[in-house]
Amino acid sequence: MVENRPWMTVLTHMVLVLGIALVAFPIWVAFVASTHTLQTLLNPPTPLLPGGEFFENYYRALTEGAKAVGAPVWSMMVNSLVMALGISLGKIVISLMAAFAIVYFRFRGRIFFFWLIFITLMLPVEVRILPTYKVVSDLGMLDTYPGLIIPLIASATATFLFRQFFMTVPDELVEAARVDGAGPLRFFKDILFPMSRTSIAALFVILFIYGWNQYLWPLLITTDESMYTMLIGINRMLAAGDSQAEWQVIMATTMLAMLPPVAVVVLMQKMFVRGMTETEK
Amino acid sequence: MEKRVVFQSRILPYLLLAPQIVVTLVFFIWPASQAVFQSVLQEDAFGLSTTFVGLENFEVLFTDSHYLSSFYVTVFFSTSVAVVAIACGLFLAVQADRVIHGATAYKTLLIWPYAVAPAVAGVLFLFLFNPNLGLFVFALRSLGYNWNHALNGEQAMSLVIVAAAWRQISYNFLFFLAGLQSIPKSLIEAAAIDGAQPVRRFWTIIFPMLTPTTFFLLIMNMVYAFFDTFAIIHQVTMGGPGGATNIMVYKVYRDGFVGLDLGGSAAQSVVLMIIVIGFTVIQFRYVERKVHY
Repeated sequence: MVENRPWMTVLTHMVLVLGIALVAFPIWVAFVASTHTLQTLLNPPTPLLPGGEFFENYYRALTEGAKAVGAPVWSMMVNSLVMALGISLGKIVISLMAAFAIVYFRFRGRIFFFWLIFITLMLPVEVRILPTYKVVSDLGMLDTYPGLIIPLIASATATFLFRQFFMTVPDELVEAARVDGAGPLRFFKDILFPMSRTSIAALFVILFIYGWNQYLWPLLITTDESMYTMLIGINRMLAAGDSQAEWQVIMATTMLAMLPPVAVVVLMQKMFVRGMTETEK
Repeated sequence: MEKRVVFQSRILPYLLLAPQIVVTLVFFIWPASQAVFQSVLQEDAFGLSTTFVGLENFEVLFTDSHYLSSFYVTVFFSTSVAVVAIACGLFLAVQADRVIHGATAYKTLLIWPYAVAPAVAGVLFLFLFNPNLGLFVFALRSLGYNWNHALNGEQAMSLVIVAAAWRQISYNFLFFLAGLQSIPKSLIEAAAIDGAQPVRRFWTIIFPMLTPTTFFLLIMNMVYAFFDTFAIIHQVTMGGPGGATNIMVYKVYRDGFVGLDLGGSAAQSVVLMIIVIGFTVIQFRYVERKVHY
């Protein structure tokens, strides 16, 4: 800041703290709600301080789930984790391979394949849901992990990120590797892959969050309760039908569903910011 | 830019490309072309007979008052989300840029909502504004204002806008903070010496230098509001009441999976594809070149 006015600085800090408080408020209310009995929540106003049911509610959510859904939250957590890891790792592997081929080889149809991959940037799953659903159902992949993962791993952002990164790798490295008699796979394994590690880590953070937060696709293709991801589980708990939605369990599940991606962002902040600015470009 | 030195191999590059190409063809190109193909067909709900109808599905679409209103709803919704989220993000970034001590701490405390899924954001706001037990509803009632977003279209719309924008504030904050920190301090000092007050300095120097970032964020927020807010709509309002929050992506899902109108849903998909292509072109032509971090 240019001027030195102490009261301005204090004011700025106050505004920031207020902003953070406002942003965090919904989460706080959800946390508080997850520590009370349903009876307390049904009599507004909702309390603003935690109650004594923390362990009961979370234990119940993890082992049984809400009455409206027959699956316990721990199994949904496993499904979400498999999906998030499958999407992030799968995407990274196929993108590394494709980018390596496009940058380091001259072959027939290279430009054609490049554009074929490029087009996928313009086709988010939301705009082609019905036919994609049909393909997956024809392949018998409804209610399976491959069905949850594979249709979402081909998008081109990761391929382009790696392509861009490989372009900046000096040609001398390839030359040196070739003089030393290293083949392409050797060069990839010993030189290119180690050099890409930070990019891979940054991308992993972003893709993990992307995979964990998927909603529309699992909503369409999972009908079996044992295949629900956490977010779908929450949706089914809300749609309790005639009975009262069990808000204390729903809120506990919501907190649990939020925890992994938020923890990843807070713990790997640097990687996260890098991944975000790189992939969105 | 091309590599001077490359490897020679006949089959290896194809093997390396194979997984991505197979997945792209099976799950992207094939379904997308199916959508285009279906958009010119008329199929009955049981899939027993199909007839070629040309552009009739599109004609029906653009004369259908439900579709047109869904279009306006989408434009209003995404513009509002973008404006609210950008304004809040910019305001907080300017404050954080001002403080010398603790900018990193504020950054950490502000960026995590981005990791919260839109579906979760929907549930949080659904709970806060639940007509029977919501905290805000109780507060509003005690002020004499009656809230029920299940009946009132405007309330439903403001609720989904707030829920969608809430999560996006941190995203915009991060990009604005990076933009602000790259503005040379000497420029601002020079203006201060010339006697320009903080507000004036912001509008005449800082904000113009942030226009590329703002434009980039506008596009990104619009894309987010168009496609990633499906979960919020689905959790909070289901497109209602009376179609007041029925955004286009949600309508495709509703007409296709619930209404089983395959031709109409496919035609809507094609319209959405054209919109995405438009966004992508804008992003590459204007944003790519002009935004610097």
